[in-house]
Amino acid sequence: MTISNNETPLIGGPQPVASNNEDSPLNGVKVGVVTFPGSLDDRDAVRAVRLAGGSAVHLWHGDHSLQDVDAVIIPGGFSYGDYLRAGAISRFAPLMEQITAAASGGADALPVLGICNGFQVLTEAHLLPGSMIKNNDLHFICRDQRLRVENADTFWTSEYAQGEELVIPLKNQDGQFVADNYTLDELEGEGRVVFRYVDGNPNGSRRDIAGISNAAGNVVGLMPHPEHAVEAGFGPDSSARGEVEVRGGTDGLGIFTSVLKKLVG
Amino acid sequence: MTAEATSKKFNIDTVANAEATPGQALPWAELGLKENEYQRVEEILGRRPTGAELAMYSVMWSEHCSYKSSKVHLRQFGDKVTEAMKEHLLVGIGENAGVVDIGDGWAVTFKVESHNHPSFVEPYQGAATGVGGIVRDIISMGARPVAVMDPLRFGAIDHPDTARLVHGIVAGIGGYGNSLGLPNIGGEVVFDSVYQGNPLVNALAVGVLRHEDIRLANASGAGNKVVLFGARTGGDGIGGASVLASESFDDAKPSKRPAVQVGDPFAEKVLIECCLELFKASVVEGIQDLGAAGISCATSELASNGDGGMHVELTNVLLRDPSLTPGEILMSESQERMMAVVTPENVAAFEAIMDKWAVEYSWLGEVTGTGRLIIEWDGEKIVDVDPRTVAHEGPVYDRPYHRPEWLDGVQADRFAPEQPADLREAVLELMASPNMCAKNWVTDQYDRYVQGNTALAMPDDAGVVRVDEETGLGVAISTDANGRYSYLNPYEGARLALAEAYRNVATSGAEPLAVTDCLNFGSPEDPEVMWQFAETVRGLADACQELGVPVTGGNVSLYNQTGGVAIHPTPVVGVLGVFDDVARRTPSGWREDGQAIYLLGTTADELDGSEWANLRGHLGGQPPALDLSAEKTLAAILVNCSRDGMIDAAHDLSEGGLAAGLSEMALRFGVGARIGLDELCERDGIDAFTALFSESQARAVVSVPRSEEVRFNDMCTARNFPTIRIGVVDTENQALDVQGYFNLPLDQLREAHEGTLPKHFA
Repeated sequence: MTISNNETPLIGGPQPVASNNEDSPLNGVKVGVVTFPGSLDDRDAVRAVRLAGGSAVHLWHGDHSLQDVDAVIIPGGFSYGDYLRAGAISRFAPLMEQITAAASGGADALPVLGICNGFQVLTEAHLLPGSMIKNNDLHFICRDQRLRVENADTFWTSEYAQGEELVIPLKNQDGQFVADNYTLDELEGEGRVVFRYVDGNPNGSRRDIAGISNAAGNVVGLMPHPEHAVEAGFGPDSSARGEVEVRGGTDGLGIFTSVLKKLVG
Repeated sequence: MTAEATSKKFNIDTVANAEATPGQALPWAELGLKENEYQRVEEILGRRPTGAELAMYSVMWSEHCSYKSSKVHLRQFGDKVTEAMKEHLLVGIGENAGVVDIGDGWAVTFKVESHNHPSFVEPYQGAATGVGGIVRDIISMGARPVAVMDPLRFGAIDHPDTARLVHGIVAGIGGYGNSLGLPNIGGEVVFDSVYQGNPLVNALAVGVLRHEDIRLANASGAGNKVVLFGARTGGDGIGGASVLASESFDDAKPSKRPAVQVGDPFAEKVLIECCLELFKASVVEGIQDLGAAGISCATSELASNGDGGMHVELTNVLLRDPSLTPGEILMSESQERMMAVVTPENVAAFEAIMDKWAVEYSWLGEVTGTGRLIIEWDGEKIVDVDPRTVAHEGPVYDRPYHRPEWLDGVQADRFAPEQPADLREAVLELMASPNMCAKNWVTDQYDRYVQGNTALAMPDDAGVVRVDEETGLGVAISTDANGRYSYLNPYEGARLALAEAYRNVATSGAEPLAVTDCLNFGSPEDPEVMWQFAETVRGLADACQELGVPVTGGNVSLYNQTGGVAIHPTPVVGVLGVFDDVARRTPSGWREDGQAIYLLGTTADELDGSEWANLRGHLGGQPPALDLSAEKTLAAILVNCSRDGMIDAAHDLSEGGLAAGLSEMALRFGVGARIGLDELCERDGIDAFTALFSESQARAVVSVPRSEEVRFNDMCTARNFPTIRIGVVDTENQALDVQGYFNLPLDQLREAHEGTLPKHFA
């Protein structure tokens, strides 16, 4: 079953499963995808969960219930237009209160992934440290970006090998990760730098950081978009293993299978 | 401020007042009306118009809204459409955008429009709101927008003003389109000094919908409610259509910056989702976006397309600026607004959806059976018109035109190039030139991934997006234009633009289906420009008929001139094609070692108007000859090759000829090739320079797996289409090796190709 192009989240109440995969052993895992006004990659994140074998549930920013989902993805976009500061208004959404509470309980807490704008929301919500400022060349950048998995022990990276490289699309305007040196040292020291840019830092991020986690490893944020490297034919032109296939790269899929397999245990 | 207080403050010019004061002078000339047009308004009304009526007529009768100079010619697009061409057409010219059936109950709507003048005055907002406007056209057909493209033309790359425009326009397109979540999948970037004071910013959008979801802009059913929703109405864009888009620029006049609209992409994104939910819940009867001429256009078009009249209370309009006069409210082009007609039973459901998305709305009035559009201000009648006279029965001009006397001289001035001493250097020069260089400095500022359905994007020949995830059904789109060809011969130039877009779509593997166009010209009051326009429309309509693809909609942009100097006639033509499954799309670069490289078509000495001639500062002669039946055969071959898996890569040859084609194919995936030109030169009776730089039409280069060569050759022979093997893919040597002439390492080629835009703009 797939969602139709016109699927939009409903108002309140129990949410129908947006997509599942009947044949998948992982389809019992429900992953919620939050839609804020201005979210753009929400349907793409839903597709990625389905392609990884899980079931996706649309979550509406104004709701007060997490619908018993097992994990949450805060997708990319420009929530509330990002006119104030990326993610600054979204953190006050009723659903974010639920997410913040559920994600803060230590190792058994709710796994949360923030992609791009979602990462920005997570820093604004103080689930992750640091902040994002405008790219150092001041332009929006869309490109296929090479990353290295620096920590394969999180909920969202366990399917990768430590040090594995990935090619994943990057597209953002405010993607420069900044934090004070103390925080950066702490992130490095605790192995909480999850992804690092390789072959060139696209936006001036401190220490080439592309993604980080919280101390418990259940909350991960990254700027590049793994949900756009999950389906052959619609991804980047290459994978990190060097194959060149027209839009054939699927290096991002492991992020979604990681959380599904972890949760199935 | 209460409506009453506002009414008193403005000393509102009511219909009663207009009847009582027939002699009162009105500023019709300042609003862009000609004297005879103003007299016609008085005749229609049988009295002088009120200030509000004058505002409405002036914007709706502007060139931009009424097509008064182009209408008599544009009729050919309808007249030359055959029944067979209408087979896939669900909605044709005249609505917000055309709708084409692509099978399985799916339909696609697409259209290209200009936002040239605003983008010169205020590049960021002009370009941004160009995207916003075309996207609202797509939404108002009932479709979800799924992709955008932007054909852009700037002045000389090294002119001091060009950087201002490039930075502003590219950032504006990206800033708006990226925030809407629409992949930008193609377009053009051209530099030519003729566009120095008149850059062309054309914006194309595509949307998908189910057949049953088509919505039209009409207000039917007396008693149905009329609602305005989205952003509030402000003072921006007043006179955008009349005084900005419909006049030439003149250095002596003050800047027209206040006539440019300001965009809020977040508001538009919310509006998209909210409209789609309205459609899904079936709570709107008719819908119209607010673009040029704002409320004047929406009320008069909805009423005039419906079966009755409309009654509107203008003080109900939610304002950003309470000091706006009724005339300003009617003319404001504030963005991100829509108007809809809702039955009384659906009012509550409508309001629930607005509340969910936190979109503001106000009920303005209702549909009536009077046949009149009545607009009141605090209960006092300020507009009382037959809406057809505003929206559809404006002036129509058959403006005088004649063939320019200078054209004979230009056409006689053939290009007689000196052979470049070093072909390798010539290829490098070509590929680094402003028009042939890589455009990724621009396109990397646009999101091409969002929505997850992009199967091809730049630099491939066409943008391809999937429509149906189950089946892979999808569409391809390409836009093309060549102002130099059109300058040399506007009739042929238009046909060549169509042929190239058609060829590009077929090269990607899609079956070409329908056409949209944006016709960018100078002043229609210049008989020579008008001749160029007439010839262009005639050429395009003829070529559409010959290729069997109908024009479904588009836009005319006139007055693209500063002082007495007009741009080259620039008909931008977009062709839409359909894929049964986008998985079979053909990319523009080869990858596999040992695959055979074939050139389809023949090459003649056709360098007039070419990029090489342009680099040598020459513009004269005739554009390349066009044979549309050869184009049709070539397209059929390319589509079949895709369907039967006979080729792995294909690239059409156009600007820059074979030199550009081979370079781009090698650079696409960084894979080299060994090329031999001798056989080709012998067969076509040309030299190596001509083989590389001529822009002969109906040509493409393909790479064929060894296992498919026999089948491929048999198919071309069966169709009697000339084809010749010119080389082989070579993954060992990272070079374009044209044997006997030069060896060009790909690193060096890439550096030249990709360095140009960053050098000027980064």
